[in-house]
Amino acid sequence: MVADPVLLQAVAELFPNGVSRYAVGGLLVGLGTVVIYVGTGIPAGASTFLESTLSYVSGQSRFQRYVGSRDWRLVFTAGIVLGALAFAATVQSGAVTTSLYEPGSTGQLYEVAGVTLWTTDVQPWRLFSGGILVGIGTRIGKGCTSGHGVCGVGSASKTSIVGVLTFLTVAIGTAQVVAALGVSP
Amino acid sequence: MADRHPLFKPLIFVGGLIFGFGLGFSHMARPEVVLNFLQFDDLGLPFVMFGAAIVSGVAFALLPRIRDAAPLTGTPYERRLKPFDRNVLVGGAVFGVGWGLSGICPGAAYASLGVGNITILWALAGMFLGAYAQGYWRSRSEARDAAAAGAD
Repeated sequence: MVADPVLLQAVAELFPNGVSRYAVGGLLVGLGTVVIYVGTGIPAGASTFLESTLSYVSGQSRFQRYVGSRDWRLVFTAGIVLGALAFAATVQSGAVTTSLYEPGSTGQLYEVAGVTLWTTDVQPWRLFSGGILVGIGTRIGKGCTSGHGVCGVGSASKTSIVGVLTFLTVAIGTAQVVAALGVSP
Repeated sequence: MADRHPLFKPLIFVGGLIFGFGLGFSHMARPEVVLNFLQFDDLGLPFVMFGAAIVSGVAFALLPRIRDAAPLTGTPYERRLKPFDRNVLVGGAVFGVGWGLSGICPGAAYASLGVGNITILWALAGMFLGAYAQGYWRSRSEARDAAAAGAD
């Protein structure tokens, strides 16, 4: 059977940056989660860090429940930041090249001490007000993209699958409305 | 925790490094790329979350069959199961509005800082503020419930 070129063209338009950078990145995110789980038995999510870190500065009972995990959650987050910096210093800077990586054209690149860094064009009011809702929602909803999305879905947890479907559907609706209102980027 | 295994934090750190490198490589640390997915301009993003979920799912399914507990903590290997209630829907919806507005979620925001995105500090400040607001409110309502129960 010969593949229909019109169909191939349509599929290519849905994935203008291919899928390899997404799939490889996802495998690494999963691998990082597994490394921690194998050694410690902890299915680590990223958003608890917000509350556990607040326990250093606030005596509110809600944050104090995370006192026992706040030190390693800081270590986890520091690892995430530095791992992303390692990506910037290697692949993003072009020091390491691979056909699996599609650099794309979003945002702005700039250079500091030979390292190619990247910054967003998305407006600060969107980041700040969206961030507030992310901070409230992930903590009320018992998890975020990593807690529910990676660990929960990986656990075939019905709670997490419902959580993911909820935030994914609402996020798509929100982004489409914001774009339709002419807000860009 | 004074009695933790000496390799506990180093292992968490290495896991975080791989996790953050992956978020950078996948471009999920870029709000534009998340927004392009949510607006259906580039459908590649689900490969990140579901790719990661498949990898962790294999480990979560296999490890309990291989050994009972994790070597560094003695914690039994269990799946991440949380009880379902209305909060999962309400919180998920609030998170969804925030994610759709900003294009950034917590793990990706930490990674975004790592790839050089200083502007993402706006989102991180917002996340801490939001997490504080819900924690303040929930601590208050817990204390109020406890006081009410004590008065009965």
